[in-house]
Amino acid sequence: MKSIIKNIKHPYNRFVGPSLNGIFLLIVFSASAQVDSTLLKRAPQDTTIQGAMNMDAVYNRPFLQVGKLPVSVGGYIEADYQYIGEDGITEGHSFRVPRMTIFIASSIHSKIKFLSEIELEEGGEEIAIEFAALDFSFHPLFNLRGGVVMNPIGAFNQNHDGPKWEFVDRPISATEMLPATWSNVGFGLYGKNYSGDWAYGYEAYLTNGFNDAIINNGENRTFLPASKANKERFEESSNGEPLLTGKVALRNNNFGEIGLSYMGGIYNTYQDDGLQLDDKRRLDVYAIDFNSTLPWTDTYLVGEFAWISIDVPETFTQQFGNRQKGGFIDIVQPVLKGNILDFDRATLNVACRLEYVDWNVGTFRETGGNITDDIWAIVPAISFRPSAQTVIRLNYRMMQQQDILGNPPAKISGIQFGISSYF
Amino acid sequence: MMRMNSKNDFIGKTLINVFSQSSPKRDKWLFYAMNSISKAGIKHSFMIFSFLLFVGCESIIPPAPEENELLDGPVEGLNTAEQGQFLAGDIAFNDEVFSAENGLGPLFVATSCGSCHPGDGKGHPFTTLTRFGQSLPNTLPDLSVGGPQLQNRAIPGYEPEKIPEGMASMDFTPPAVTGLGFLAALTDGQILSNADPNDTNGDGISGVPNYINPPSYFIPRLVHQPNAGRYIGRFGKKAAAIDLLQQTVSAYNQDMGVTSTFEPIDTYSGLSTDPEVSDQTVRDVVFYLQTLKAPIPRNEDDPSVIAGKALFSTIECSSCHIPEFTTPNNEVSALSNKTFYPYTDLLLHDMGAALDDGVTEGSAETFEWRTPPLWGLGLSPDSQGGEFFLMHDGRAKSIEEAILLHGGEAQSSRDQFMALSQEEKDDLIAFLESL
Repeated sequence: MKSIIKNIKHPYNRFVGPSLNGIFLLIVFSASAQVDSTLLKRAPQDTTIQGAMNMDAVYNRPFLQVGKLPVSVGGYIEADYQYIGEDGITEGHSFRVPRMTIFIASSIHSKIKFLSEIELEEGGEEIAIEFAALDFSFHPLFNLRGGVVMNPIGAFNQNHDGPKWEFVDRPISATEMLPATWSNVGFGLYGKNYSGDWAYGYEAYLTNGFNDAIINNGENRTFLPASKANKERFEESSNGEPLLTGKVALRNNNFGEIGLSYMGGIYNTYQDDGLQLDDKRRLDVYAIDFNSTLPWTDTYLVGEFAWISIDVPETFTQQFGNRQKGGFIDIVQPVLKGNILDFDRATLNVACRLEYVDWNVGTFRETGGNITDDIWAIVPAISFRPSAQTVIRLNYRMMQQQDILGNPPAKISGIQFGISSYF
Repeated sequence: MMRMNSKNDFIGKTLINVFSQSSPKRDKWLFYAMNSISKAGIKHSFMIFSFLLFVGCESIIPPAPEENELLDGPVEGLNTAEQGQFLAGDIAFNDEVFSAENGLGPLFVATSCGSCHPGDGKGHPFTTLTRFGQSLPNTLPDLSVGGPQLQNRAIPGYEPEKIPEGMASMDFTPPAVTGLGFLAALTDGQILSNADPNDTNGDGISGVPNYINPPSYFIPRLVHQPNAGRYIGRFGKKAAAIDLLQQTVSAYNQDMGVTSTFEPIDTYSGLSTDPEVSDQTVRDVVFYLQTLKAPIPRNEDDPSVIAGKALFSTIECSSCHIPEFTTPNNEVSALSNKTFYPYTDLLLHDMGAALDDGVTEGSAETFEWRTPPLWGLGLSPDSQGGEFFLMHDGRAKSIEEAILLHGGEAQSSRDQFMALSQEEKDDLIAFLESL
């Protein structure tokens, strides 16, 4: 059985080569070194994201502006330690820098803005442009976005910054079932409107999308993230069929936000050079997400659940399922707020994540028995936030993972400690 | 990798308890923690982190299952180089998944070795192997109809194979792969010593070897004795594979559609292709299979198991399911001169008309089957999704059902089992489940 605790490498994220990135870093840090630090100031947050919706996450980040330059920069880093074992066997102590991300934003015009997000994973071993888009604002309900966009499926994909979460690992359902962070080249529209305590918004994009790798991979299961290995999706579609991603969301400042999203299209290369290679095969993903803060206890809840349907050829193996489902919920309870260790606006939270993924929903043709291939996890946590933008977190991860046959599950648990901060 | 003893670490358990306790206790702990930080500062913080991260490690990870509850793991006594090769074979066997990108198919049954042998145990009907094309012994399988094995799955864009209408076939449930090195270490002479083709002792049980024409890459070892150019098969439901190399490369080729320098012919096109698995990987997998430990019996001191073990001999199950062998010298010292308990004679026996599927391999008759080893039988549900799928094709859903399917040379033992009291039957089954 494949264990979820292994480090999954993503060779697909080499869209920007190391040399280009090196030049980029040189420019950024050289520029910083030449200016008086007193000129550096925090860029005011976009006033349109007061009571921000999840769709605003990409701009709802702290930026640093240099003087009066129309460019602001920011980023975040994550570093962690873990000691995890499976059924009495451990690989020992492990330290990682899973990612460092740099944002660059620019207001080209009062109604035109640009933002890019470049991520260095595993200490720079993998580099990716996760977001690089131009936004044209014609009306609050009619904005055009084009470039490398993050498909708005669920909530986590667009709202994945490490410092925002109390947990070292990203949700399994978001990264091992849904393919967060899932970015593609494309265009789309979005808009939002506010009325009193209410806000609603929509997003709709047409982008390049998945490929055959989702049922042709080394994971031995239908695995949407396998398509991230296709670097060419930033240059051309694998099949000439656009991937549609759409989302609507409704927010009330007293109750929270709920979002419904869809992503779907033809995923396989059914033709090439005018030759028919296979039937057209569809992929459809539906997701619901929510977040809320309970007014009586100040408890923060956030989660998402998704259902996936994939047209897998009947003549292929049921090892690769045609339905998947999974999700997570985070429960975060502040227990101390105020001056802690001279951090004047610090918070201490206790939290718990519950997560579940079934990679293969269905029954065996041979026996009628249930196909399993699932995992669940409970992750109690303590997090200390010296400021809202920085978190120190300690997790205890408990998981059980079953193979496709439903044999006794692998039991996995261990400690994770991490730090993450915007800068 | 380190296997940790998790029983005696108070601090780690305390940590886990703190997380799982009711609110007042948790709040008290948090209050203490924050007080410590506030009053004593960094020094206490460091102590707490040390406490959390290192001191309690042994209790943090889940405990290991008992060794006798697992089928995987190496034989005792491998040297470090051998352990390295075992690990390489383990990865290739259990973790390497074939896709269209790296050689799967285009026609296949399963995508990895581990798909058929989860946890190195018996397989599930999901990966049943169907054999066809040879209806008479000592003939070659009819490759023109797609034999000897059905590839019932195909990568996208291809159509899987189908058995010609009216042609007989036999289904094989993938067997457990543990302890195979011990069986491979036996000499042909040891196997032949239990053969009785003419039933000279009059016990109704014959036992004959399956003589197999060796593949071109077969290199005889000291344990092999040729007989008119053929060798005794030991592995497979009909004992059609002489050694673990033949068993391994046949499985790569016929189960996964993966070619090698040993078996270079693609099952779909019938033409040779570039090797899709390296010689080294094949050698590693063969070594892995050779050095997997033998299943460890459980509950041996249970009175019911002891009584069942005696009944096993009394009703002559042990005439074919021979309990004990000892290996001669072997190139792997950990396998040399070891006594082991497989409960097989590696010989073919007439199992009666109910188990005659009309298909055969090598010199076996269609109604003859190799005595399967019974070691690890009790752990079968742990690799078969919580159920039993026994006999060669998984048709028996319990051990008792499997016993009742025995016919031919085993008819007498079956009848003796039927004559046992319910308590005696329970004892016998308890013994079989302890293996």
